[in-house]
Amino acid sequence: MVDRLFGWLMSGCAALVVSLLLWVLGDVLIEGVAHFSWSFLFTEPEDSGRSGGIAPILVSTLWILSIALVTALPLGLGVAVWLSEFAAGRRRFSDIARVTLDILAGVPSIVYGLFGNAFFSIYLGLGFSLLSGGLTLALMILPVFVRTCESGLRAVNDEWRRGALALGMARSAAIWHILLPAARPAIGAGLVLGIGRATAETAALVFTSGYVDRMPESPLDSGRALAVHIYDLSMNVTGGDSAAYASALVLVVLIVLLNTLAQSLLEDWFKRRVFVS
Amino acid sequence: MRVRDLEVGYGDKTVLSQVSLDIYKGCITALIGPSGCGKTSFLSTLNRLTDHSDARVAGQILFDGQDLLRDSVDTLGLRRRIGMIFQRPNPFPLSIRRNLELPLKEHGIRDRQVRYRKIEKVLKDVGLWEEVSDRLDASALALSGGQQQRLCIARALVLEPEVLLMDEPCSALDPISSGIVEELILRLRGRYTVVIVTHNLAQARRVANYAGFFWMTERVGKLIEFGLCRHLFEAPRHALTAAYVSGARG
Repeated sequence: MVDRLFGWLMSGCAALVVSLLLWVLGDVLIEGVAHFSWSFLFTEPEDSGRSGGIAPILVSTLWILSIALVTALPLGLGVAVWLSEFAAGRRRFSDIARVTLDILAGVPSIVYGLFGNAFFSIYLGLGFSLLSGGLTLALMILPVFVRTCESGLRAVNDEWRRGALALGMARSAAIWHILLPAARPAIGAGLVLGIGRATAETAALVFTSGYVDRMPESPLDSGRALAVHIYDLSMNVTGGDSAAYASALVLVVLIVLLNTLAQSLLEDWFKRRVFVS
Repeated sequence: MRVRDLEVGYGDKTVLSQVSLDIYKGCITALIGPSGCGKTSFLSTLNRLTDHSDARVAGQILFDGQDLLRDSVDTLGLRRRIGMIFQRPNPFPLSIRRNLELPLKEHGIRDRQVRYRKIEKVLKDVGLWEEVSDRLDASALALSGGQQQRLCIARALVLEPEVLLMDEPCSALDPISSGIVEELILRLRGRYTVVIVTHNLAQARRVANYAGFFWMTERVGKLIEFGLCRHLFEAPRHALTAAYVSGARG
């Protein structure tokens, strides 16, 4: 009797959460599709975004994301490899590094925005630019990416490490050919978390990339990211709601597309190397 | 190979001390004794795998007249000459072919044809060629345990080492696979110098020319007796050895 009640309660929780998510998604979908057209993707915004499209905003978003990922991916993998493979002799330093990363992972994005503004925009003189924003996002997604990849590498069968060493293989070769490919699922998961967080980011970008909605000509121009655009339309522009919904629809689809693309690239790159047991 | 006064410890705990023995070229040397008396630690000093743990090693191991424990020794080159087989088969999560190709590539063999010839030769050597020649590009992890262990032996042999260290190579295998691997080890005699750690006394007796018996005294592993395998089993000089090989202790 108690068990049955408990079961009902738990499935009630699950139903509530799932239906809330479906509601949000359905709302975005229905309202978004109503305003969406293909030309929405390819035209400039007019009348503060109430009409016209989001072409420059999409371009800015892709710039910011590419800069963030191109920076965070190799850097993050490097730190993860160091932490899991080379830090054994410097336990104190690596413990400090881990704690720092865990704290940084929980820092609100607006703090990253302020730091990015002070460091990239002002100190390094990059101004309000896509580059400042991309680098700030890179910093923001690094902690979680590093920790996810590190735990993936640690989970790799230690007998492969010893096997590679016993064959006189350099550690770099073992890492490159065996350990990193074997840690692929974790790297993929870290990437998905990073892409999701970076694409949805608003606060950190307002201070670093700015919110000018014209077409950027180079990464040193300022530009408005999609999430910032949605915020602006729904908060500052009366009558911008339907355009905001359409932009939100594009944002959701973009995240799904990017994740699929990243996963398949990763899969493809590693598949020639390892079989996942 | 001559080992003199070898001592191995972890932190302030000594696990093995005063080990001196000679390993003869082309012969099979079996190391027997109960678990935890330092046999595996001993084995991993011979290819300097101890470098990658927090072990400290003292003493001398002469190989070709050179002390291989010296810091200046090129460990990657050393491990090409001294291969190692582990207790549990550990093929990489790669295809059968890549498992053998990777170490060759890493040791600078750029010519694909040369690599393929070497791969075919070792697979025939370990008796796997017939079984896998039609699926070289399939995952090595799909092989049975015994096949995986033979693949690991092939992977060590493909680098043409002089010495092969084997850490209980049959203990994780079923009796039939174990028998096949044992036959393979016997075929290696004469061509390679083999040092094998085993808990299987009958196996040590069947394959080895020389044998060493390790035992814990005062919580430290020591080499109690070393000599011709036959002598060690039939006419042991030490009472501990006699008790162990007869099954009375251990």
